[in-house]
Amino acid sequence: MAKSALLKSSIVKKYWMALTGLFLCLFLAGHLAGNLQLIFGDALQFNQYAVFMTSNPAVKLLSYLTYFSILFHAFDGFMLTYQNVKARPIGYAKTNPGANSSFSSRNMAVLGTLILVFIVTHMVNFWAVMHFDKNMPLMKQTVEVQGQKQELFVGRKVGEFYQVDQIQLEGEAPNPMMPKQITIKNGTDVYNIQANVKIGELYKDLHKITFAFFQDAKTGLIATILYVLAMAVLAFHLLHGFQSAFQSLGVNNKFTPAIKTFGKLFAIIVPLLFAVIPVYIHFFK
Amino acid sequence: MKLDSKIPEGSISEKWTNHKNHLKLVAPNNRPKIDVIVVGTGLAGASAAASLGEMGYNVKAFCFQDSPRRAHSIAAQGGINAAKNYQNDGDSTYRLFYDTIKGGDYRAREANVHRLAEVSANIIDQCVAQGVPFARDYGGMLDNRSFGGTQVQRTFYAAGQTGQQLLLGAYSALSRQIGLGRVQMYNRHEMLDLVKVDGKARGIIARNLITGEIERHSAHAVIIATGGYGNVYFLSTNAMGSNVTAGWKIHKQGALFANPCYVQIHPTCIPVHGTNQSKLTLMSESLRNSGRIWVPKKKEDAEAIRAGKLKPTQIAEEDRDYYLERRYPAFGNLVPRDVASRAAKERCDAGFGIEANDTNEGVYLDFSTEIQTKGRQAAYAKGNHNPTAEEITALGKQWLEEKYGNLFTMYQKITDENPYETPMKIYPAVHYTMGGVWVDYNLQSTIPGCFVAGEANFSDHGANRLGASALMQGLADGYFVLPYTVSNYLADEIRTGKISTDSAEFVEAENRVKDSINKFLNNNGTKSVDHFHKKLGLIMWNKVGMGRNAQGLSEAIEEIAQLKEEFYKDVFVPGSADELNPELEKALRVADFIELGQLMAMDALQRKESCGGHFREEYQDAEGETLRDDENFKFVGAWEYKGDDISKEELHKEELKYEFIKIAARNYK
Amino acid sequence: MSSAKNININLKIWRQKNAKSKGSMETYKLDNVSTASSFLEMLDQLNEQLINEKKEPIAFDHDCREGICGMCSLYINGRAHGPDTGITTCQLHMRMFKDGDTIFVEPWRSKAFPVIKDLVVDRSAFDRIQQAGGFVSVNTSGNTIDANATPVPKHDADKAFEAAACIGCGACVATCKNGSAMLFVGAKVSQYALLPQGKVEATQRVLNMVRQMDEEGFGNCTNTGACEIECPKGISLENIARMNREFLKASLK
Repeated sequence: MAKSALLKSSIVKKYWMALTGLFLCLFLAGHLAGNLQLIFGDALQFNQYAVFMTSNPAVKLLSYLTYFSILFHAFDGFMLTYQNVKARPIGYAKTNPGANSSFSSRNMAVLGTLILVFIVTHMVNFWAVMHFDKNMPLMKQTVEVQGQKQELFVGRKVGEFYQVDQIQLEGEAPNPMMPKQITIKNGTDVYNIQANVKIGELYKDLHKITFAFFQDAKTGLIATILYVLAMAVLAFHLLHGFQSAFQSLGVNNKFTPAIKTFGKLFAIIVPLLFAVIPVYIHFFK
Repeated sequence: MKLDSKIPEGSISEKWTNHKNHLKLVAPNNRPKIDVIVVGTGLAGASAAASLGEMGYNVKAFCFQDSPRRAHSIAAQGGINAAKNYQNDGDSTYRLFYDTIKGGDYRAREANVHRLAEVSANIIDQCVAQGVPFARDYGGMLDNRSFGGTQVQRTFYAAGQTGQQLLLGAYSALSRQIGLGRVQMYNRHEMLDLVKVDGKARGIIARNLITGEIERHSAHAVIIATGGYGNVYFLSTNAMGSNVTAGWKIHKQGALFANPCYVQIHPTCIPVHGTNQSKLTLMSESLRNSGRIWVPKKKEDAEAIRAGKLKPTQIAEEDRDYYLERRYPAFGNLVPRDVASRAAKERCDAGFGIEANDTNEGVYLDFSTEIQTKGRQAAYAKGNHNPTAEEITALGKQWLEEKYGNLFTMYQKITDENPYETPMKIYPAVHYTMGGVWVDYNLQSTIPGCFVAGEANFSDHGANRLGASALMQGLADGYFVLPYTVSNYLADEIRTGKISTDSAEFVEAENRVKDSINKFLNNNGTKSVDHFHKKLGLIMWNKVGMGRNAQGLSEAIEEIAQLKEEFYKDVFVPGSADELNPELEKALRVADFIELGQLMAMDALQRKESCGGHFREEYQDAEGETLRDDENFKFVGAWEYKGDDISKEELHKEELKYEFIKIAARNYK
Repeated sequence: MSSAKNININLKIWRQKNAKSKGSMETYKLDNVSTASSFLEMLDQLNEQLINEKKEPIAFDHDCREGICGMCSLYINGRAHGPDTGITTCQLHMRMFKDGDTIFVEPWRSKAFPVIKDLVVDRSAFDRIQQAGGFVSVNTSGNTIDANATPVPKHDADKAFEAAACIGCGACVATCKNGSAMLFVGAKVSQYALLPQGKVEATQRVLNMVRQMDEEGFGNCTNTGACEIECPKGISLENIARMNREFLKASLK
């Protein structure tokens, strides 16, 4: 195949659309499984999951693939839409599109754009905070020792804890009388100050961030509502997109009814479960 | 003028082979120097243009539609005949030849018809190779069905859309040549005159229907494949645009017009519903395989049905007159078209018609018997040996739907009645014209270099065409006859060189066309073209239709001559010449229809016998069957144009010789 | 038919002098339309009225008037071939409308189908797609193998026929929100892909036809399925999927 055909031909564009779309469906399923730990797991479990997602090399590869898919899916969709608009320079005075096609199928571009906006804000709210925010909290646990409450940073190894008051925190004026032995560098690494040796690692507390985000007194309710709406948009996008991807890839046979049914279930269940999480956090926690 | 049919010597089965072997050839390197014009892109035109393009000639093809794929061959439903004998029921080239001659009521040329039968098998092979999806059985072999006027199953089909599939096959072959640059295609162009130089056809004048431009196109040979003239009746099964203009213009340039009175009235069409009706819709003849035609036995039942007081399903079996089965037990509902049509007219004229229109013209085509028979067979095949009445009916309807689903749907859309529940109403309608431009065995008209193919010529069907033979003839002419005979003519043209379109002849022809266009546009009359066309249609249907007599025909001749005068005086054509102007197109066509209509009446008047589609009421036997007069009318009647007054046209006779078939009364009893 | 009655209607029809001029929707009133008339007979009636008023009649494409030539092409009340399924415009009957209805009549809208005049559009793009590969390269000879020499499974023959039933009217393009011609091209590609005779050239055919389709300026398929619903011959979306497969196969060769 000529190289230019990879992008030029209308059919090839559809292959890309379908392949990236289906890959993103897989991503959604994985992402959902992780998110559900916000309901069914504890904070540690969720934060452990977050570390796994950001550090495992295989997962990293997948995440780059996901970024690429999202960008390409959006870019390709934009190209398709641009050409489609150009293909009918003068529109009809009267249309009756409901007579022959579904709402979702006709509005994939709009739905997709909304989803892209959602992804961007979603990443600003969580991913960027997780990766770049200097004030990203670390996971702490409060324990009672001999009747006194004590705050501990939770380390990544089993049984690894650091008393918060024994750590020289950034910005904290060092006490010349009693210099602390350990500090935190690079966000989560625990260092012995004198030896300048890494002695352990902490968790970023994504769990806390997430809860705070949806429980915020001022913005929590709006965030929850917007999130639920975004999931509704995603549901409509998937409602057409899932089965459409198979058609684009040339699969239209005796399995098609099953694919369509599965697609519908997927389009409803996945966004629904996503949406349940903030609702649960906001109202029931 | 002496008509030379150029029929080769020798035994009937050797004629074509011998002839082909002795035709002149044009060497491949000379072919690109030669231009050929093909007008019309139906089965005959598209197949000829594609084949000549493949051979290497420079071909220019013209059609008035927006694409060559839309030619009216596309509407043929039932099938195409071929003597393949795949069903092992005793078919052969000879049988097909014989059936066609007999079906044509012994008014066709033996040699032409035999050639047609000979190449019929090649057509099927060619079409299958092109990817035409004919119906097949479960073994993957081609399926066949029966058609009227035969006792074998030799009709190949593709559901009810055989014409479409064959035309798309020819169109694909043509498209390939266009894509390769060997055929130049002129869509939305209408031929408006033929240009003759030194007595030979050297080009055409065509109007670009979008811009209105009058164009000159030259060529070494011109092929006319523009179909039939059924629209002279206004209402027919032809497409709205089907016209005789190309054929009529070459007639005016000297080509004789043969047997114009031979018109086929198809027995199974949807009856007329009102005065605004624009065309009639055919229900395929294949339905007669499964449907039984009847009218009530009692007049009062027919009256009650027309008044809406009785439903056909309420008429008891013994009160139904299955008149075809009664009159023609051997062929029953599958008698040839002309016979079936006349029988329907006979019943309706006698007051048994069932349609509640102005003329009460309509009979029933009933599928209830077939539903029972096929339903029972289907149940049995499924292992259900004691099916209930409901099961039988359901399975029977299912069988019908598989076989004729699209036709039944079409009927329901038009009439708003469900033919699975109540019998179809049908009535004969003008469908095909056996007459046409006179051609010799090489399909050349009396103008050298002007060839005529398909329905536009008169050659193969005599006075009546059998079902599924039109597709056969169109493709036979285009694929397997013209490439040889046109090459034979062109062999003498290799030294001619490019033909200039600047000659006086081209200028003159162009002026003729422009004059007639301007005349219409400046006429400032008061009535639309359709007004006159409908008037012509009524005269033709009533007086030159299914039943004709001397008095009616004489009246028709007078009335049409008068109509012509009125038309030129009072027609109003809006718009201008330099734009898309459908009214102007119609005016130019109707002008030719009017003249042809008069000639048809004259031809019908001179033919004092009944044969095939031409039924003179004076010439029938005691049972109402046609009475041919072989002694006096065993000839092709070919008319020569003698100027504007059509009544001055001169009749030439080409004697028909039957050397291989014993001429006999046609008997389908 | 006895159940027919007469209705009065209002029409809003696109009028455009020629390809270069700008057009607009014009309003017409037409009385005494028989419900047994076809839609095109109603337009004939309107044209007769216009001619009698010495006005220019409305140009529209039509020919066979029995739903097979594919020439008629009107966008009626927001739907290709009007408010009925499985039919062409010429098979649409006035019994689908009520007394007093306002009916919108527009030409096919597509960059690849420019308007010629009023309701007439230029669909030669379809011809050019066909010329790019919609054929089997077999010359006329009469000496091909016997038609029954290569058995074709009935299922394949039937599927090929269903695809070949396309009448090339362009309703798929007109109705598609993207102005895509994939149903038309998919049907043609499928017909040949399903038959042994077409397999030899399958690779080049699909590549060439799709290339031509793209060059003509048609939009892309987004699988809305509108074309399948409005197609007068019920050509299935399966054919587009098959073309997608064929194209993939051809691209990987």
